[in-house]
Amino acid sequence: MGSLTGLGGGVVIVPMLTLLLNVNIRYAVGASLVSVIATSSGAAAAYVKEGFTNIRIAMFLEMATTFGALGGALLAARVPAPAIAVVFGIVLLHSAFVSMRKPADQPWEGPPDKWSAILRLDSAYPNRNGSVPYRVVNIPAGFSLMFVAGILSGLLGIGSGAVKVLAMDRAMRVPFKVSTTTSNFMIGVTAAASAGVYLNRGYIDPGLAMPVMLGVLTGSVTGARILAGAKTKALRITFAVVILALGAEMIYSGLSGRL
Amino acid sequence: MAHSGEVFELRFENVLGNLLRAGVSMAAAVVLIGGVVYLFRHGAEPFAYKVFRGEPTDLRNIAGIINSARSLNGRGIIQLGLLMLIATPVARVVFSVGAFAAEKDWKYVVITLIVLAVLIYSILSGGA
Repeated sequence: MGSLTGLGGGVVIVPMLTLLLNVNIRYAVGASLVSVIATSSGAAAAYVKEGFTNIRIAMFLEMATTFGALGGALLAARVPAPAIAVVFGIVLLHSAFVSMRKPADQPWEGPPDKWSAILRLDSAYPNRNGSVPYRVVNIPAGFSLMFVAGILSGLLGIGSGAVKVLAMDRAMRVPFKVSTTTSNFMIGVTAAASAGVYLNRGYIDPGLAMPVMLGVLTGSVTGARILAGAKTKALRITFAVVILALGAEMIYSGLSGRL
Repeated sequence: MAHSGEVFELRFENVLGNLLRAGVSMAAAVVLIGGVVYLFRHGAEPFAYKVFRGEPTDLRNIAGIINSARSLNGRGIIQLGLLMLIATPVARVVFSVGAFAAEKDWKYVVITLIVLAVLIYSILSGGA
């Protein structure tokens, strides 16, 4: 179970628990949230030392994601389970679509952004020849999209990677390596904001969260090793197909009242 | 100034990385111990998560979880580990407040404190 989830994090955990193991979606989301914190913090520990993570961008956008996550978690208590399943399915379909596209990695060449200057978001990342400076733009748009990513994370127990790609890569023009590591860095704090609500409401069951968290953690460690030698293109396509199928199944189950 | 800032950030990132790794490792170890205790006592019971019931109140808040873990209840120990896991990113944010303050970057001290307030509100009150 773990090695598959190592590829995409939370998006696989909830459908597997609900569709295959018949777990109630609220318990599944709770278990997924804690696993997401575990894997993202584990990975962030390694990334942050490599110097790609932009901690200022992360802190600033975490204001949006934590408020969103708190709202999403509160919303989860009011929204009926089938509706959560349908929203989850739609997010899965969107993620499959995003993962099929190539990352647009064109640096911003225009003038510096006002907000970026105020918040000191522009930075540089290391490469073989030293460091590559970059600018970020469209801060309000990125901030708003991050709020949406936070809501989805709190409602569905996922890292919302696909929406974060929209916000950071497409709107703010953050370089690919920086955006993936920074978004991963933010997931822990975002998920913690909703995990608090889930814990207080009794949605986090130790008997379920324990195997899921330990399985996902070991899976992400071994998965990363296997991935290092694998063909990424074939993997990306396989992953997109799996996500697509899970998304369709989640929507169908939600609509037919099976969940 | 720019140079000392860079050195500072490098050290900051190293400590941050170690903090995250330590938090996750400790939490995983506690969850594993709790899991062994839990399976040893309840491993044979059937698996029933189809119906949502919600957890008992002593597994929902910090004081209850600590009490339950101290009485060596397997579920309580697992929940304590999960609580430590949730606390890891919170500790990261607390550490960041100090780091930005040391750098006299007051804008980011405020930003980080806002994030910290949301986290504490969520964990202590659950939005209730």
